[in-house]
Amino acid sequence: MELITVQDVWKTYRVGGEDVPVLKGVSMNVRRGELVALTGSSGGGKSTLMNTLGCLDRPTAGKYWLDGVEVSEMSAEQRAVIRGQKIGFVFQNFSLLPRTSALDNVLMPLTYAVPRANMAEGRRRAIALLERVGLAERMDHHPSQLSGGQMQRVAIARALINNPALLLADEPTGNLDSKTSIEILDMFRKLNAEEGLTILLVTHDPSVAATAGRVVRMKDGLVESGAFSALPQSPLTPQRD
Amino acid sequence: MTILPPTFVVAVLALRRNLVRSGLTTLGIVIGVGAVIAMVEIGQGSKMAVADSIQSLGANNLLVMPGQASSGGVSFGGGSNPTLTPTDAEAIVREVPSAVAVAPVVRARTQIIAGGKNWVPLYIYGTTSDFLTVRDWGVSEGRAFTQQEGAGMSGVCLIGSTVARELFGGAPSAIGQTVRVNNTPLQVIGVLESKGANTFGADQDDIVLAPWRTIKFKVSGQSAQTANQSAVAAAGVTGNSSTRFPSQQPASYPLQSATQVTDYPAPPLPTYVDQILVRIGDESEIAGAMKQITVLLRERHRVRADQPDDFNIRDTAELSNAALATSQLMSGLLLAVAMISLIVGGVGIMNIMLVSVTERTKEIGLRMAVGARPKAILWQFLVEAVVLCLAGGAIGVLVGWGGSWMVRTFLHWRTEQSIPAVLASVGVSAFVGVAFGFYPAWKASRLDPIDALRYE
Repeated sequence: MELITVQDVWKTYRVGGEDVPVLKGVSMNVRRGELVALTGSSGGGKSTLMNTLGCLDRPTAGKYWLDGVEVSEMSAEQRAVIRGQKIGFVFQNFSLLPRTSALDNVLMPLTYAVPRANMAEGRRRAIALLERVGLAERMDHHPSQLSGGQMQRVAIARALINNPALLLADEPTGNLDSKTSIEILDMFRKLNAEEGLTILLVTHDPSVAATAGRVVRMKDGLVESGAFSALPQSPLTPQRD
Repeated sequence: MTILPPTFVVAVLALRRNLVRSGLTTLGIVIGVGAVIAMVEIGQGSKMAVADSIQSLGANNLLVMPGQASSGGVSFGGGSNPTLTPTDAEAIVREVPSAVAVAPVVRARTQIIAGGKNWVPLYIYGTTSDFLTVRDWGVSEGRAFTQQEGAGMSGVCLIGSTVARELFGGAPSAIGQTVRVNNTPLQVIGVLESKGANTFGADQDDIVLAPWRTIKFKVSGQSAQTANQSAVAAAGVTGNSSTRFPSQQPASYPLQSATQVTDYPAPPLPTYVDQILVRIGDESEIAGAMKQITVLLRERHRVRADQPDDFNIRDTAELSNAALATSQLMSGLLLAVAMISLIVGGVGIMNIMLVSVTERTKEIGLRMAVGARPKAILWQFLVEAVVLCLAGGAIGVLVGWGGSWMVRTFLHWRTEQSIPAVLASVGVSAFVGVAFGFYPAWKASRLDPIDALRYE
């Protein structure tokens, strides 16, 4: 069953009065429970595709279904709601709120949840998630008191607080040393294997991409290889239920 | 915390994260509101003080004078036709609601003697006990007339400080002394407070006040306008029998017996007064009161519709205009100060909020990425600005009260508590928060999440 279905997506930027196409008709899919790496050299449209998949941006043309919902025509307001409900983000630079405890950082997305979240229950969930990423002892610590790997684990807990369908990790190990990187990647693999969480790793590092079950390689605004899941199912008919 | 909307909590937490900066930002509003409150309270106090002193000059007094008499085309000037009676005065205070006090006045001008000294006061007024209320005048030594003394013909008088000085060498020694006014002995029961010269330079303290019947029937026997001053002067200080004993003139006709009196009651002779002073409660009601008095007196004097008034009403327009202009000037100044300080405070808030939005661009991007709608971001920053302003307003009110308390305690200036000023400045500071916080908040909400996340 497809979680992500992208069909002939174009993205064009206007630079100095000229249309510069960055995505030139991308089609791909991601099934539920997959761990997929999105890779490619810089300038190949990797970031643009990730922004589109993360509902941060809207394609110029083409269709994009996320979890059975057509999101390519949605307004900024609607996309914000979809992001809150279905996508968890992990960034290269961790993006934690300064001078705010790890627990409050994890709780932050609940502020904007639609419909409004039950805070007491959210708090229990946040504590459970922090325990799961191995930070039970450091819930009151501020980001400045945490190491890079610990900060990224807080960010993972934060990404999971809303029970997202998709975890989107943008260069999650880019700012970490190799040992910590392996820990973080192990955590992704574990989350994928044990809870069936769909994870999309965006990276330029082949060793990180190797963690994934499938690698989608971008080049010059097109998917070079690995666009579709190996499982036999028609990629162009989105599953709706 | 759970009852409040989550964005509100986020806003307050964000302010707490930058406590020092929030405090300094608020300082502008604190000083603004504090200045407004202190200025309004001190300003109201001085406005009242100025209004009081202008009123004591007679700003809200009306003077009703009799009309003019003319004979063979020769006018005798204003006030020469006796038409006003003491009952007119009573009618005015009864019928005109804005007239708070009314005093009929009978004037005389003659020499007064006490012991070996003599003096001709500028004013010898016969009036009632209400005169002091009308003129907003107090007694510095002794006492004022009682109601009975004012209404009767008792031989008592109040003297101004100039008269006291000229005749007795000072106020304290004057009480209980007797002055002879046109050979009528009057006991001094009080000395008036010193008022000084009026706007035209006439000494207002050069005055003798007595019950109007005393002046009318014992002292002058006739009103000042019609008195033949030269005849009095010719008669000399001692006078002749008619000036010495005005109430005991030899009878021209045989005395009536008691039966005759009851059988032929003489119509009561009209008694005329020289002027009527009216005090109006509030300056703004003066024009209305003048109209009401005109209608009332025309009716009482049975003036036909086609005939002119047989009286004149004068107001001290110059003084009341000055009073009004002063209070307007004061209010205008206060408003200007208030506006300037609050705008300065508001610009400070806007400046810091803009810095804050720029500084937190990445945070805004993150919040948008995890599902914050633009509206939520707008609200968050708007609430931050408004909370800053309201907190500043609340602290400012306390600072303002403290300031006016200090002025009252240490400088002994008069201050007036002003609840509208408190409400207005808190309302205005909330408005400043919304007005100056909106642009930064709107700017934050318009950020593109991708650009904001990538912002360095």
